[in-house]
Amino acid sequence: MSSHDKLLLAAIFTVGLLAAPAFAFDFGRPATPDEIKLWDIDVGPDGKGLPDGSGTVAQGKQVFSDYCSACHGENGQGGIKDRLAGGQGTLASSMPVKTVGSFWPYATTLFDYIHRAMPYPTPGSLSTDETYAVTAYILSLNGIVAADGKVDKDSLPKIKMPNRDGFIPEPEFDPARLFHNK
Amino acid sequence: MTSKTPIELLTGPANMSRRGFVGGLSAGILGVAATEAANAESLADVPDRGPGADLSAHSERSRFAKIDRIPESTPGKRNIDPSDAINSKTPHQKLVGNITPTDLHYERSHSGVPDIDPAQHRLLIHGMVSKPLVFSVDDLKKMPSVSRVVFIECTGNGWENWKKADPDLTVQNTHGLVSTNEWTGVPLKFLIDLVAKDKGSTWMLAEGGDGAGVDRSIPLTDEIVNEAFVAYGQNGEPLRPAHGFPMRLVMPGFEGNLNIKWLRRLKFGTAPWMTRWETARYTQLLADGKARQFQLRMDTNSVITQPSGMMQIQPGYNRISGLAWSGHGKIAKVEISTDSAKSWTQAQLSQPVLSKAQVRFQMDWVWDGKPTRIVSRSTDEQGNVQPDRQSFIAAMGSNALFHYNAQQTWSIDEAGRVRNVLA
Repeated sequence: MSSHDKLLLAAIFTVGLLAAPAFAFDFGRPATPDEIKLWDIDVGPDGKGLPDGSGTVAQGKQVFSDYCSACHGENGQGGIKDRLAGGQGTLASSMPVKTVGSFWPYATTLFDYIHRAMPYPTPGSLSTDETYAVTAYILSLNGIVAADGKVDKDSLPKIKMPNRDGFIPEPEFDPARLFHNK
Repeated sequence: MTSKTPIELLTGPANMSRRGFVGGLSAGILGVAATEAANAESLADVPDRGPGADLSAHSERSRFAKIDRIPESTPGKRNIDPSDAINSKTPHQKLVGNITPTDLHYERSHSGVPDIDPAQHRLLIHGMVSKPLVFSVDDLKKMPSVSRVVFIECTGNGWENWKKADPDLTVQNTHGLVSTNEWTGVPLKFLIDLVAKDKGSTWMLAEGGDGAGVDRSIPLTDEIVNEAFVAYGQNGEPLRPAHGFPMRLVMPGFEGNLNIKWLRRLKFGTAPWMTRWETARYTQLLADGKARQFQLRMDTNSVITQPSGMMQIQPGYNRISGLAWSGHGKIAKVEISTDSAKSWTQAQLSQPVLSKAQVRFQMDWVWDGKPTRIVSRSTDEQGNVQPDRQSFIAAMGSNALFHYNAQQTWSIDEAGRVRNVLA
């Protein structure tokens, strides 16, 4: 590199410091589509992000017995960790019981949460089909999916959870109103 | 309330013995274990000077200063095995000033504390952006940085007192889920510019690298875009693992769980993702069975830390001290009542009073030895006043579990015993 080039570089660098965003490409590296796919696990309430695959209640009963019941109890009740079933009709009482069936507003959230966080010791270890199956089973424990039912990326977002309308967004951050008057 | 200044009380015998005054101080203020050795009543009793311990690479606390957090599970479940803990609470009754010591900053984790090698940690920023990018910790450290003193508060802070007040609780039990540190990192706005975020993106998903992959949807209001940052520094050193090493989101004034620890992904979109934490967990159940959602801001709050639960005070001079904070901005004033909320006196605030940071307040008080109740209430610069418990419960019910910011009352009996009560 000639001394002239070095001077030029120094000049560019000085200008860059004064206008930081001009050097934006210097930080980090581009993310490739393939590696984004590895981490892009979130599922929205519209079903966006749900993978191909499916699972039945019957399959889910076995998956639940193998990986979930030790903490959540047989049938999703009476375990040492969160109760998953029952509690419908208790939310306005002095002893509310918040479960998937009584409280969760979206079935898609159940798939997302199981996929990202469960089983607790080995999160993400269930296959896609196993995740759909155990989702179906927990929903069936709450009477939301039939005992011979099955869920996949098309059916899951269409399920209307019993407490879907049980939430009041804070006016300051209400998704339905925020940013809409700009 | 009293015309006597603390100096007059110190120099004159007034209505207390010197012994009582010294005893009161050592029992309460700093948590120094005064019981281990006899007090030095005369200067002749003070031990001789002499060579001390070798210098070291790392300063430890004095063996006389016993200060620890308390791991806890759900409300009322204390003294548990650490493997069952979901929180670890800050000992405010033993702290002074505005800043929480780094190792005593409260901790809330959803899947334990991951042991992350910073060389192998990456932050992915993608979604509605022109240039999805991957950053290392070193990349962040090269960027322009900000340092800011802010409180972070778990939404469960105060949850012991929703339904009842156990009289044996300390302020660590009732209010140990809020702390104030200085955090250093890269403004969110700078990162948004780097990836060239689509102007149409109004919500951001932030996700942690812990086992649970805790994730929250964050509305990109002007306030949040201007104030949020990705921190790698905590009180001048790298983040502690319990607090998100090697990087975390800092969201001044907002729910603790939005300050995603072990941050590894930011994704831009147009609507909230309705994650488990923003639906099933951090929503507030009202008396009618409906739940408040996206109650993201932490409201104005305060608590008297000295004297507080399980302490014992002496008649005569006492200094009342505590902490106040608000997610709306600066604390404008703190008032204290020493007569069961009948009359209020404005307390002194320790400077500097910073926006969205805890500030220490204090007031001199001469206790006449009669049973009473003491309570503080804060007002922030937006005019929000910390509610009394009765009106707070009337509005929120007693099942909300999170966002408890009612005034904290301590009762004092004829023996000077300070206890947790509902007003």
